[in-house]
Amino acid sequence: MDFDALLLSRLQFAFTIGFHIIFPAFTIGLASFLAVLEGLWLFTKKPVFRNLYLFWVKIFALSFGMGVVSGVVMSYQFGTNWSVFSAQVGSVIGPLLAYEVLTAFFLEASFLGVMLFGWKKVGPKLHFFATCMVAIGTLISSFWILAANSWMQTPQGFDFAADGTMVATDFMQVIFNPSLPTRLMHMVLAAFLTTAMVVAGASAFGLLKKKALPESRTALRMAILMMALVAPLQLVIGHQSGEVAHRYQPAKVAAMEGWWETQSQQPTLLFGWPDEDAEATHAAIGIPGMGSWFVAGDANAELQGLKAFAKEDRPPVWITFWAFRVMVGMGLIMIALGLWGATLWFLKRVDGATLYQRALVLAAPSGFIAVLAGWIAAEVGRQPYVVYGVLRTADAVSPVPAGSVATSLLVFMVVYAIVFSAGALYILRLMAAGPDTDEPPPKETSEPPGSPLATGVKSAADKGA
Amino acid sequence: MFGIELSMIWAVLIAVAVFLYVALDGFDLGVGILFPFAKDSHERDQMQSAIAPVWDGNETWLVLGGGGLFAAFPKAYAALMPALYLPIFLMLLALIFRGVAFEFRHHGRKSGKKWWTIAFSGGSIVAAAAQGLVLGAFIQGVNVVDGEFVGGALDWLTPFSLLVAASLVAGYALLGAGWLVFRTQGELFERARGWVKQLALLTALGMGAVSLATLGVDPRVTYRWGLTMTSVDWETFIVLAPLPLVAGGLCFLLWRGADKGQHLQPYLYTVCLFLVGYVGLAISLWPYIVPFAMTPSEAAAADNALALMLWGALPMLPLILGYTAYVYWLFRAKVSDEAAYH
Ligand code: HDD
Ligand code: HEM
Ligand code: HEM
Repeated sequence: MDFDALLLSRLQFAFTIGFHIIFPAFTIGLASFLAVLEGLWLFTKKPVFRNLYLFWVKIFALSFGMGVVSGVVMSYQFGTNWSVFSAQVGSVIGPLLAYEVLTAFFLEASFLGVMLFGWKKVGPKLHFFATCMVAIGTLISSFWILAANSWMQTPQGFDFAADGTMVATDFMQVIFNPSLPTRLMHMVLAAFLTTAMVVAGASAFGLLKKKALPESRTALRMAILMMALVAPLQLVIGHQSGEVAHRYQPAKVAAMEGWWETQSQQPTLLFGWPDEDAEATHAAIGIPGMGSWFVAGDANAELQGLKAFAKEDRPPVWITFWAFRVMVGMGLIMIALGLWGATLWFLKRVDGATLYQRALVLAAPSGFIAVLAGWIAAEVGRQPYVVYGVLRTADAVSPVPAGSVATSLLVFMVVYAIVFSAGALYILRLMAAGPDTDEPPPKETSEPPGSPLATGVKSAADKGA
Repeated sequence: MFGIELSMIWAVLIAVAVFLYVALDGFDLGVGILFPFAKDSHERDQMQSAIAPVWDGNETWLVLGGGGLFAAFPKAYAALMPALYLPIFLMLLALIFRGVAFEFRHHGRKSGKKWWTIAFSGGSIVAAAAQGLVLGAFIQGVNVVDGEFVGGALDWLTPFSLLVAASLVAGYALLGAGWLVFRTQGELFERARGWVKQLALLTALGMGAVSLATLGVDPRVTYRWGLTMTSVDWETFIVLAPLPLVAGGLCFLLWRGADKGQHLQPYLYTVCLFLVGYVGLAISLWPYIVPFAMTPSEAAAADNALALMLWGALPMLPLILGYTAYVYWLFRAKVSDEAAYH
């Protein structure tokens, strides 16, 4: 088991999960957004909602497809690259992943067919039901996968069997482990925010280009509402995540904050250059005491720095430090944009505010950046453990030759680059074209569907035909 | 005692999940394999429409198979996956291409559409072949010491696994052709009926060859069927002999071809054919979950994990089968000639 296979497996896992999480982050929020849109359309019968639904469902179909294929890759990597980890913890988190498949994946996948291909084939109520099932499926899926991940961060309720593998002593403790509540909330809100930023950006673009004006206006307001309400809430939940992390993973928090010395009045660093060899953070600019106050609620609290931990128990500091700052920075930008939008709305000036609209177009990817940065901070900060304090990453890797992993990593990079650039291109093309303003409504039929006419994914090309 | 029972229940459940995967995703991979033989782009659109609403649900059985193995038999999963690293990787890669091609084919413009058409059928062919390689390598058995894989990166690559791969591609294509008979009409329907006939022959050859080769994989398999190098234990053999006979009969039915009134039959016959092969395989490899290295009870997760999952699976599996059946029923009609996917 050489170092190379380990390093390559880590890179491969980080790369593939990094790609995968982009799609859930978007589809979880978008599925709920679609359910709301369809509900509003059924309730108010206003065509704007129907047109918005039919527009965003095409983008949803593309993103969901990419989410599925990148997710299937993940579920096999536990075995191919982390077989020792699988054998060790299978009895503890295996059931959680099995429950995810049973309660979420089948639900999403089956009703997705009705959602995308049933628009003209089933009645509106049934179609709405299918949309809701997909949205609920994505949330259930988040619950289980985050329960598994949170257990790896803050493990409890387990013991060692005679053969050295881990077994659960109490599954309630395993599932509802200390970091699950905040992580689940933080991730679901992150998904909603990611979607809100994309919807806001695309709608602002439509307004700037004077396309599909009623639709763009409505969607923009929905997105502003989401941003204004959820971005500040995310700050609060993120803060609580930090408190939980401090209690269970103090080394991670020290790395996120760039603290080396154990002292009272720990600062909050706005900038700095952590240096692991010098065991110091260079060029640090910060506010003394604010760090202690944030994390412990008391500016004078004495908090551990990285030097309190043996070198081999410290996470990589630079990545954790900067990933954390990027995430919080994006969060602050979202809060600002939410406030700005709410003010404009209050002054009834949203539609003419071109500067604001340009800012939104620019900020459209901010959610993706924050989600990736947040996960990197949380996962790299967990190192050198894969199950915190229990199983080291270095001891979890499969006995596979480095050559195999190098091959798969290289090919994954090339293939993902091709596939996901194409997907991004098709999504951006759809966004540039904007919502269609005249699609037929769903109708009740007693006939079995003659063909799964995919109105939901109807291409812009045959609109005239 | 109870532990043995729970692990047996899970072994059976996972075997059922894998079989459902083969019977369901098999036909949509098969449709992709048949893509190059379609007349034109319009016909390919119809072929894709015949599977588009259900492919994702079908593929989820693969996630249940893999995830279930991880959860219920972590030690088997940990021994097998590194051994099968490259073929599994190949399969995942192929599934990526064909999965996204469902949507991408309809967003691509001229050359884009052409490229995603190739990606769809190429992905289906490679995914089927990779699954064959996995199956072949699995039957051969993997080199395990103390629960850990100790073989080489290319152990799976043998004439036997290549034979299984080729046969599985033919078998999936037969499933696909059967499905097209069910879901299409007109010219494509006629063409699909022709494919069924040809592929039945090919599949029969493949299955026969694989069965004979499997007997040679390990003396324990030969012995299970009542055969040794020099003699035949007729009592054992007679009990098992109906399996190949039934398989042969089903192939003959498929080859003879159905009259035009039969629509669902070819697909169902093919599923039965796969079932016979599957049962035969189970008999050959019994009682191993990692052939010739681990039995279910040796590889099983802790009892409380198995029990917890059983409590989930008991209500969920019937529910899943229920709504899956409902979605199939919803999209049961023939893809109409003029209205293709878009
Ligand atoms: C917070 C949410 C979240 C997170 C952290 C992950 N996923 Fe995911 N996954 C989803 C949320 C999700 C989803 C919302 O349910 C998806 C994404 C988009 C989609 O299309 O369904 C999905 C799809 C998806 C699929 C395909 C399901 C299908 O066939 O329909 C698999 C097999 C996985 N994921 C597996 C994983 C694994 C092994 C992960 C961790 C290592 C992982 N996901 C992280
Ligand atoms: C059940 C869910 C998850 C499991 C079981 C899991 C497991 C693992 C494992 C085994 C590693 C390898 C250790 C290493 O590379 O250092 C890892 C690393 C990593 N994971 Fe997770 N992970 C999960 C969820 C996630 C999610 C949702 C993300 C979000 C994108 C993520 C991001 C990462 C990153 C970025 C690394 C690389 C860290 C590094 O190399 O230092 N993980 N995780
Ligand atoms: C605004 C202030 C924010 C604060 C104070 C904050 C705080 C945190 C902390 C402390 C963690 C690490 C938790 C752990 O490892 O246990 C974390 C993780 C994470 N953050 Fe944030 N966050 C903020 C904003 C955001 C935003 C805007 C997003 C995305 C839109 C986001 C997405 C994530 C994600 C996906 C993770 C990884 C999952 C997790 O561990 O919860 N965060 N955040």
